Amino acid sequence: MKKLRKRVFMTAGYNTVAFGSGRKEFNPKKPRPGLEEYIKEAGQGALKLVGGAGNVDEGVIGNFMAAKFNNQGNLAALIPFIDEGLKWKPSCRVEGACCSGGLALVTAIKSVLAETADVVLTLGVEVQNTVKAIYGADILAGAGWYKERKSGHAFFFPGKFSDRAGAYFDKYGMERTRKALARWYRNAVENARLVPTAQEYHNTQEDLEAAALTKPNPRSFVDQLNVYDCSKVSDGAAAIAVVSEEGLKKAGVAEKDAIEVVGFAAVEADLTAAPSDLTRLDTTERAVKMALESAGIRAGDLGTVECHDCFTITGILSVEAIGLVKQGEGPDFVSAGHTARNGKIPFNTTGGLIGWGHPTGASGVRQAVTIWEQLTRKAGNAQIEVSDSRPYALSISMGGNDRTVVAIVYRRAAEEKQ
Amino acid sequence: MNYAERLKNVTVLGAAGKMGSGILLLTAMEMTDLASKPENKSRQFVLNAIDVSDQALGGLMKYLKVQVQKAAEKKIVPLRKVYEDHADLVDNKDIIDRYVADVIGIVRPSTRLESAYQSGLIFEAIIENPGLKVKLLSQINKNNAKSPWIFTNTSSIPIHEVDEKAGLGGRILGVHFYNPPAIQKLVELIRADSTQSELVDFALVFAKNLGKIVVPSNDFAGFIGNGHFMRDALHGISEAGRLSAEMSFAEAVYTVNRVTQDFLLRPMGIFQLIDYVGLDVCQYIMSVMNGRLGTPCGKVSPEVLHSPLLDRMISAGVRGGQRSDGSQKDGFFKYEKNRPAGIYDPDTKRYLPVSAFQAACDERMGPTPLPQLNWKSAVKHPKKEAALEDFFGKLAAMDTPGANLAKRYGERSREIGLKLVSDKVAQSEEDVNMVLLSGFYHVYGPINKYFKPVTSNQ
Repeated sequence: MKKLRKRVFMTAGYNTVAFGSGRKEFNPKKPRPGLEEYIKEAGQGALKLVGGAGNVDEGVIGNFMAAKFNNQGNLAALIPFIDEGLKWKPSCRVEGACCSGGLALVTAIKSVLAETADVVLTLGVEVQNTVKAIYGADILAGAGWYKERKSGHAFFFPGKFSDRAGAYFDKYGMERTRKALARWYRNAVENARLVPTAQEYHNTQEDLEAAALTKPNPRSFVDQLNVYDCSKVSDGAAAIAVVSEEGLKKAGVAEKDAIEVVGFAAVEADLTAAPSDLTRLDTTERAVKMALESAGIRAGDLGTVECHDCFTITGILSVEAIGLVKQGEGPDFVSAGHTARNGKIPFNTTGGLIGWGHPTGASGVRQAVTIWEQLTRKAGNAQIEVSDSRPYALSISMGGNDRTVVAIVYRRAAEEKQ
Repeated sequence: MNYAERLKNVTVLGAAGKMGSGILLLTAMEMTDLASKPENKSRQFVLNAIDVSDQALGGLMKYLKVQVQKAAEKKIVPLRKVYEDHADLVDNKDIIDRYVADVIGIVRPSTRLESAYQSGLIFEAIIENPGLKVKLLSQINKNNAKSPWIFTNTSSIPIHEVDEKAGLGGRILGVHFYNPPAIQKLVELIRADSTQSELVDFALVFAKNLGKIVVPSNDFAGFIGNGHFMRDALHGISEAGRLSAEMSFAEAVYTVNRVTQDFLLRPMGIFQLIDYVGLDVCQYIMSVMNGRLGTPCGKVSPEVLHSPLLDRMISAGVRGGQRSDGSQKDGFFKYEKNRPAGIYDPDTKRYLPVSAFQAACDERMGPTPLPQLNWKSAVKHPKKEAALEDFFGKLAAMDTPGANLAKRYGERSREIGLKLVSDKVAQSEEDVNMVLLSGFYHVYGPINKYFKPVTSNQ
């Protein structure tokens, strides 16, 4: 991927609460907001910051499985539900499993690059608590090849990543890896506790690493992972505006309140083919490599990363896929605290998928919102310092078992005044 | 007859009742698991669910469907293996639906006792009425050519008595499930002297397959569970009566209930537990146990378990127990959202709001030992033994009305437990403790080092 032919920005981020078990107000027996309400809340949150629907040229919404979770298709037509001013505007829905949000961002970026739009309202949404987790697992299994479902685990994706964890343990050592997975969990929850919208915001567990070291129970769950290793079932939506320079002006947004997309890549692998190496995320590797090249930077230039830690093991594998360390060294890097919020390169500073939550189709957009918040100093208690020497941020959105991956590189749109 | 053959045709009598429905559920799933094994492909498994009304049986089948589905959802990981050869069952939902259909498929609801005439095994879970049990079991025994085994789910009636009167020739075993059987881990196995040993061998395997904890109890009315609970409840009632001299009845009930829950770290206070079981059930169990109890050492007349207070409340229509949806009916307490909100005043026959006297009673009782511990936190405590020792050590040193009441209570509970061993109802102190731990969810057994032996003035 070459350098972008024009400047593309993101601004006006908004996340709803990631709702589900762990939130004090969550009660599975009580009525909850529906798909359209999440879309409306997130959409209106973003519209407020771009001067209203009149300034929006297009809408894109990422969603994975509303057709099954909510009996709802045709989601693009819920974009005008956000605001009357969006009626008659071109909109589309994109789907790429848990990378749906990432694909929504890429679709919006391409609209801006293609100059068909200056302001694209970009959303991601998923409402999954409509079914019990055991049936949700059936629905989410759709991110894999359907012919693998029968031989797959009851909890299909935890099963897939448990296999990856098992292979990694065999190759690089179980104890040190498990220790790193526990540290990953601790970082995720500690970050989430700083963010009122996070699913783990109310988490009061004292010794997080001890909890995360709970022995896996293959009789009721998967062989190599425990529940702390997994992102939870979440409802939620996120929205951000993807805009051109003209779009920023039109929306009346100063560059200091925007981030710039300096490189991106969207990569697919064959859904029907098994991963060539369970201990590597080679599609993620490829996507990150292309995105960094497109931005003209190296992994060492990154100041912060939002990675797709649907499972703790994916966090470790992502650290390696980005190229921050060699294969097999991810656990030591994480255990040393280098990915913690005060570490060398803070990962998932608002909790990531495990801490903030994982409303599948929304996660890719939520990652962009987190990076926007961090680089424009809007992250509240979760604010980190991103130094000028390493001013870049990276987001990785992954669908299925490392099949569909979007990687995006960002930086501040304007230099910070000291 | 091997295990699977014995379970080929089974009957649950009183299948729509609280105990029967749970036993039916567990047995139906165990039979379905057996039926899925290749060696049993040629066997047709039948589970007769007999009860007195079609309406109750209709409700039972709905209950069964919901419960089997819940159970299937929990055990989906092994279930996927069971159905791995069924190419048409792909999603968890497909497998769960099929399993529910398979379990329901072996259950035959019926109001006719004749359905039991083909069964090799009969679970009897009708009401705790010795005469009725004997009548039904004799009738089945006369008409069933298979010499069926009877597992009777009594919590109080001696097994040898039913055996002799129904002429079962030792083909009977007491299998006392705790309520609700689907959830409670404990099963008391009560063997009469005449009980054939094959029944015991089978029951041990069966209970293990159901994931139960088995405690043997000897064949004395009430066995271990009710042997402790009824006496413990009578102690609570008597303490409330004693306290009524210095406070209102409602305040006394509140005080004793709170002491048993918060000072003794039990899952619920004694009066709430009586409500949960049902005042009428407690009254009935005591009446069954009476006349079947021995004469305590040093006494001239047999022990009598009886509460005039329960009689009075029941005759006023206050019964406790639960509705079919599991919600708590009013008893000593009036319940709002299943939490005690008022206390019954037998004089005015009205419930007085707890809030009216709660603070004053708590003040009079004095504080619980610090650091704070309650049943829930004690159960989960990583260093449970040490925490309990600390808590009760401090309680022992306290001289408040609440602490003193708790100490008397703990001592009495211990005395009851020890007596169950010395009376040979229980085979060991550990068995008594296990029944209270697993059947009543106590966090420590009644025979412990926290409470001193009862002094002579008790």
